[in-house]
Amino acid sequence: MSPELLNALAIFVLAILVGFEVISKVPATLHTPLMSGANSIHGIVLVGAMLIAATADNPLSYFLAFVAVVFGAANVVGGYVVTDRMLQMFRKRETPPQKPADKPE
Amino acid sequence: MNQEAIYALVFLAWLAGAAAFVIGLHQMNSPATARGGNRLSATGMAIAVLATLVWLLVRPGGLGNSPMPLLIIVVGFLIGGGIGFVLARRVAMTAMPQLVSLFNAVGGGAAALVAIDDYIRGISIGEMEVSTAIFVVLGAVIGSVTFSGSLVASGKLQGVVPGQPIFFPGSRLLTVLLALGTVAGFALLVLAAAGVVALTPELAIIVLSLIVLAALIFGITMVLPIGGADMPVVISLLNSFTGTAAAMAGFVINNPVLIIAGALVGASGAILTKLMADAMNRSIANIMVGGFGGGASTAGAAGPGADGGNVREVGMDDAAIQLAYAQKVIIVPGYGLAVAQAQHAVRELAELLEDRGVEVSYAIHPVAGRMPGHMNVLLAEANVPYPQLKEMDEVNPEFDRADVALVVGANDVTNPAARSNPQSPIYGMPILNVDHARSILVIKRSMRPGYAGIDNELYLNPKTGMLFADAREGLTQLVAAVKLV
Repeated sequence: MSPELLNALAIFVLAILVGFEVISKVPATLHTPLMSGANSIHGIVLVGAMLIAATADNPLSYFLAFVAVVFGAANVVGGYVVTDRMLQMFRKRETPPQKPADKPE
Repeated sequence: MNQEAIYALVFLAWLAGAAAFVIGLHQMNSPATARGGNRLSATGMAIAVLATLVWLLVRPGGLGNSPMPLLIIVVGFLIGGGIGFVLARRVAMTAMPQLVSLFNAVGGGAAALVAIDDYIRGISIGEMEVSTAIFVVLGAVIGSVTFSGSLVASGKLQGVVPGQPIFFPGSRLLTVLLALGTVAGFALLVLAAAGVVALTPELAIIVLSLIVLAALIFGITMVLPIGGADMPVVISLLNSFTGTAAAMAGFVINNPVLIIAGALVGASGAILTKLMADAMNRSIANIMVGGFGGGASTAGAAGPGADGGNVREVGMDDAAIQLAYAQKVIIVPGYGLAVAQAQHAVRELAELLEDRGVEVSYAIHPVAGRMPGHMNVLLAEANVPYPQLKEMDEVNPEFDRADVALVVGANDVTNPAARSNPQSPIYGMPILNVDHARSILVIKRSMRPGYAGIDNELYLNPKTGMLFADAREGLTQLVAAVKLV
């Protein structure tokens, strides 16, 4: 295995651990926006689509790259817009969304 | 600047994007910072994409002499981005889960295409390392399964594909065969890359195509037998798959930002899937085997009449009096409320009751709606104050003190069979203890079973009064009736 691959594997494993840490702290109320937000992040595959488009030089490659760019762009743009729409509603509240600590029982 | 310096700057921009994803996700911990977090994440994405475009244009040789690559990127982005934008702006809040599933499908498809394209290019010029072959096949397979599986999941939620578990003769066998075939093809391509097996480039591409085809069909046969009620868990799992596929594509084209972002989403999707399965007290494996929610199962036999139970119907005025003179009312909203667009009507009723001095709160089951937290989003849209929304563990002891539990469009999450009937498919699922309230009002269109396809014995409880109406009409009539009390 090349050093690049070993580095990439290290990054991969650490990123997974970061993902577990960051995600496990999200409250249930935000799970739908979270799923949608995470969904937009894997739209990063758009970058991959652009990179293969850059070196496309035959009709099959053109086609594969074009569909990949369209798919990736739809994932990115749609994902972020729809997540923002959801979260906008959480912001509209009159009462600040604090933990139950601020309402004495 | 030389190529190395430019690439270093682009690399740093990718790294900044990846950092923005992590911090953005972290900020989604709390409703107060969530929107900012999503915007930070979007900014990171914009930086990463722009840096890629800059790199492609300014690197030595640029995009080459042909206008095609730039055309593909720009036109493709405008078309895909435009479609995504319009869909995201127009979708109704109730249809959100199937749209997320649709975006997930295309993301998985894009990851598969990147891997496939790289393989065809590499094998055609005779350059295929073993590690690349492994990541290509993983990316193509996971991406393809996600693509077709998410489309089926989306179709089930939209009602295009029937929500019931679908089996056809030999479907299990087909699924197993497809999986075995995929593994065999995987082994063949890896061995070919290692030089153990001799494959011509044409033959290798055909093998890859067959693998992709098998993965696409596998995605369909995997999701079809799973009932609509379990779709949120499936979408979450497929979301995790897409992240993994994106990371595999990142290994294929040796791009760090794809690897980091993909791994992040792979991990988040896995955690979320586990949380959702836990909320239903079922294992992920049990859900993926499917068949849940068939309707005519053994538990269905406990339907009205089977044990001689009677359904008691109450009038609007009686219900209004019960509510108006209660001290404590707990509203249990379900997906039926969302479908009927009754969020605003329920808020109006709650405000009216509060003006009369009634203590009102909402009991939100973790899987109410079609995705975890879905009900919170819908009620937030109707401006229901956040502190009134109570999660299951918090609200369950309160049912004992509640005068009225008002169930609107919720069904399976209130079914006492989950506690008492070991035969029931939902036995063991944590439920809202609606039956502990002094009296129960249920607004429901008919006696039809809920999404899980099983009957609810709550409706036969002597304390329960049924209001047969559409959620919105029923609530609107209740509001009018309460005003007259």
